[in-house]
Amino acid sequence: MVHVGVSRMTTNSMGQEFVLGQELPAKVFIVNRESLIRYANASGDQNPIHQDEAFAKSVGLENVIAHGMFTMGLVGQYVSQIAGGNSQVREFSARFTKPVVVPAGTDVELKVHATVIEVDSDSVRLEITAMCQETKVLGMAKALIRVIHQ
Amino acid sequence: MLNPDLVGRTMVGATSLQISEESIAIFASSLGDVDYVGTDAAPPTFGITITLSESQALLQGSGLDWTRVVHGDQRFEIFQPLYAGMNISCNCTIESARVVAGNEIVTVRSDLISEEQIVVSSWSTLVFRG
Repeated sequence: MVHVGVSRMTTNSMGQEFVLGQELPAKVFIVNRESLIRYANASGDQNPIHQDEAFAKSVGLENVIAHGMFTMGLVGQYVSQIAGGNSQVREFSARFTKPVVVPAGTDVELKVHATVIEVDSDSVRLEITAMCQETKVLGMAKALIRVIHQ
Repeated sequence: MLNPDLVGRTMVGATSLQISEESIAIFASSLGDVDYVGTDAAPPTFGITITLSESQALLQGSGLDWTRVVHGDQRFEIFQPLYAGMNISCNCTIESARVVAGNEIVTVRSDLISEEQIVVSSWSTLVFRG
């Protein structure tokens, strides 16, 4: 094996190429009241601020907000797809800086994209941006994915 | 207010649960992944379905009001992905607690353990609004 110092590029067994600084294609997810109820039931997080508008407003929120972990879960889907499967995701972190507000009867668009910020021989680090309209809803969102070569 | 003596204490999960294929499938599908099959690893955030209720038990038992909680940040280190059929126990530790502008900010580390190995470590920062 030839060691070339700082590597700038790698390719996984699925043929996905990662280049330092590369912007990976964006994906849009839809968040609505129905998807929040599905996530509440699947995750066990039944906090009413994610389902009940009157309750959410009574505690000072603008409206029902998405679970931070639902937003992070959707981003996780995006990362897993890039990584070539759930099993390749090794680190995943995010700060919930702004709520994803979900009014009744509305499909809210969550636009996710990632930049390759580190390339190693067997892993790649991504910095992820998640936007609702013009607002960044996650801070410091990063993932380390394993790269298995052919 | 959280008793400062509780910081650094670990609550060792008394029981273990077996991850079911159905629970992963429902979780994956709620995130829009309908292609999950039983031999696949769980989504990277699946561990939260175990750690959040364990953290809730620990913090409510410590007198914090769960109805005032907001999730501040979250981190996972995944040493081994979670799969259906694994028997998992969970140890929770309050790593830090501080009061900022009347809000109590608590970081809980949860280790998911399978066959005496930590498979996933999860850090949740929870903000209890004052």
